[in-house]
Amino acid sequence: MPSFVIKEKCDGCKGQERTACMYICPNDLMKLDVERMKAWNQEPDQCWECYNCVKICPQQAIEVRGYADFVPLGGNVIPLRGTDAIMWTVKFRNGILKRYKFPIRTTSEGSIDLYSGKPEQDYANLKKPGFFNMTEYPSL
Amino acid sequence: MGVEKNEFKFSKKPEVVYVDTDILLIGGGMACCGAAYEAAKWATPKGLRITMVDKAAVDRSGAVAMGLSAINTYCGENDPADYVKYVRTDLMGIIREDLVYDLGRHVDNSVHLFEEWGLPVWKRDEDGSTMDGAKPAPKLTEGGKPVRSGRWQIMINGESYKVIVAEAAKKALEYNRKETGVEQNLFERVFISELIHDKNDPNRIAGAIGFSVREHKAYVFTAKTMLLACGGAVNVYRPRSTAEGQGRAWYPVWNAGTTYALAAQAGCELVLMENRFVPARFKDGYGPVGAWFLFFKCKATNSLGEDYCVTNLATANKDFGKYAEDPHKLTTAMRNHMMMIDMKAGKGPILMRTHEAMAALAETMTPKQIKHLEAEAWEDFLDMCIGQAVVWAGNNIEPEKTPSELMPTEPYLLGSHAGCAGIWVSGPGDIKGIPAEWSWGYNRMTTVDGLFTAGDGVGASGHKFSSGSHAEGRIAGKNMTAYCLDHAAYKPELGRDVDEVIAEIYAPMENFARNKDYSTDPLINPNYIRPRMFQARLQKIMDEYVAGVATWYTTSKTMLEKGLEHLSLLKEDAEKMAAEDLHELMRAWENYHRLMAGEAHARHILFREDSRYPGYYFRADHFYVDDENWKCFTISKYDRDSKEWALSKRDYVQVVPD
Repeated sequence: MPSFVIKEKCDGCKGQERTACMYICPNDLMKLDVERMKAWNQEPDQCWECYNCVKICPQQAIEVRGYADFVPLGGNVIPLRGTDAIMWTVKFRNGILKRYKFPIRTTSEGSIDLYSGKPEQDYANLKKPGFFNMTEYPSL
Repeated sequence: MGVEKNEFKFSKKPEVVYVDTDILLIGGGMACCGAAYEAAKWATPKGLRITMVDKAAVDRSGAVAMGLSAINTYCGENDPADYVKYVRTDLMGIIREDLVYDLGRHVDNSVHLFEEWGLPVWKRDEDGSTMDGAKPAPKLTEGGKPVRSGRWQIMINGESYKVIVAEAAKKALEYNRKETGVEQNLFERVFISELIHDKNDPNRIAGAIGFSVREHKAYVFTAKTMLLACGGAVNVYRPRSTAEGQGRAWYPVWNAGTTYALAAQAGCELVLMENRFVPARFKDGYGPVGAWFLFFKCKATNSLGEDYCVTNLATANKDFGKYAEDPHKLTTAMRNHMMMIDMKAGKGPILMRTHEAMAALAETMTPKQIKHLEAEAWEDFLDMCIGQAVVWAGNNIEPEKTPSELMPTEPYLLGSHAGCAGIWVSGPGDIKGIPAEWSWGYNRMTTVDGLFTAGDGVGASGHKFSSGSHAEGRIAGKNMTAYCLDHAAYKPELGRDVDEVIAEIYAPMENFARNKDYSTDPLINPNYIRPRMFQARLQKIMDEYVAGVATWYTTSKTMLEKGLEHLSLLKEDAEKMAAEDLHELMRAWENYHRLMAGEAHARHILFREDSRYPGYYFRADHFYVDDENWKCFTISKYDRDSKEWALSKRDYVQVVPD
């Protein structure tokens, strides 16, 4: 199945500007059933288990069930992604629980300042190696 | 495609949206994001418009969509010339050393940007311990010491790597959009399926046509110059897991070979398309092993505890000579070969001895440090291959207690990771001693005028990985700006009739609508083939005839010729593909691109009469590496009209001395 949507939790992102899982899936798998207002994974065997739908779902309505052709049932890996860190809960088939927290970003979302404080581009260098902010480079 | 001319009698004709721009970026991965950032700086003040078109959402598209636990190319204290030697050794001696050197001298600049933008980079503390990237520490540019997991790799907390890189790219596009007064310059969920040459010059790029997978709209882009960077080719081969688990490809399952297919159809020269990558990874989940080998000093053995790279060295040496001689200079391919010797001898499963590695490290560590180490091991999966953590959880595998199985995967075609299939491009031009045909113009431009590539697209220049693909995209972006300024008067005119191209693109939907009611089950119908079955047929042919896992990666002239016969029938049947909706229409074209990439691969393997990459593939009829006749580039050129491929040799030149 890889990613699947828990029926009770999914509200089809009504009230949101877009269906989050459908927006983010890199392989165009998540689809909204407009009549039921529930999302679903339309092509589970093309799912990479990248977890982007799981991480983005505002209702935490999406989880992953390991690939049925090689993963025994019962385990689970669940993320909770914040603005600067992600928490993972890994549940083994035998019940062992492991929890990890890793940083994801050292700056706030949207804070990237593209070019200020960097050298201006010199068009005399346009056809030379280097970047706008890198004018010295070794050669062979 | 389109067995009969599609006149939209049964399906609805889409609305056609025309977008004219100067610099078109096809793809939204690391390369195109790098191109957007660099090109916006140079091109915007000159009034040049930049447009990006991505079949997914840029925040999470491309090979870094899930995240990464390491940046695999960061030179730091190393000389880029040593980077060339490392890449040359791993790719069996044949690389474009000008491109690889150029990459090596540029890549760190992108890594420094990533850290500035907010990517957490691990640091080595003064006492030698590792600190995650959120701990206060000097940045790389301030003398901070990265945690090396190998000579060229540094560890990161990379869950949001792509989100961060995408933010910069999207801001750069927004800056360009506002300054040039354009309404929209980022098109997500639009799949480009055709490149169009210029009306007045068949070897010049003018347009790219595709379709939205969200709305019934076709998109016609015209541009002075384009960057074709849509990743490598995955699931061309029948994967080891053929049911649900085929999604758990080692490389991104959505990399459909579009880069190679569109380049071939546009008339670009391809190079070393026989090259492939067969990574040995944790079985089924295909989780990363690099950190285990390099960072945790882990050993892989057969099930008897023997190091197959020691016990099988003499056997490998007998067949492959100097390429299997020095145990410290074995290529990734040769290690695979020696692993498979044991697998065939029944000495499997091959085991990654994680428990012993962690026990050895724990001997000198406090319990707190051991816990930290265990978390680092799990993070390696959770940052970039969560499915592997799911495999371990489901199988009750605790790496400190249990070893894990390794397995060589199905083959992948790519140019940015540890492979070098791709497109022939012009190099940087300032490297002395290179032949004229390596550098005739703009850096990273293909042999089609105005068409550039980067990342997985650039052939004969592997081991770029994420950072190198971003840097290479920037190199291309800068040079595309130069191209536009040099060709200011050029107005692209499409060399094909737009209505005709759009009719072809949507033909699978027409085929479906026309024929679906003939049978009671729309999946089984003699008038068409659905993309899913088309892919299964391609994978079966590639697997059985073109050195897939079914034959232990082995093929021969006779097998390849038969495989190519099957592929040509499949290509004819492509005209009968059927798609029920826009999602399936994308699958139809993706799988056609996979077919083109697979055909190029088969033809190159047939042309090259040695086993250049033992462990990745073997020619049973040429079971040796023949440096005398085949230490050269192989070049192919496809003629779209005749459907013929022309193959030739091109000289390899060593630029960096041994």
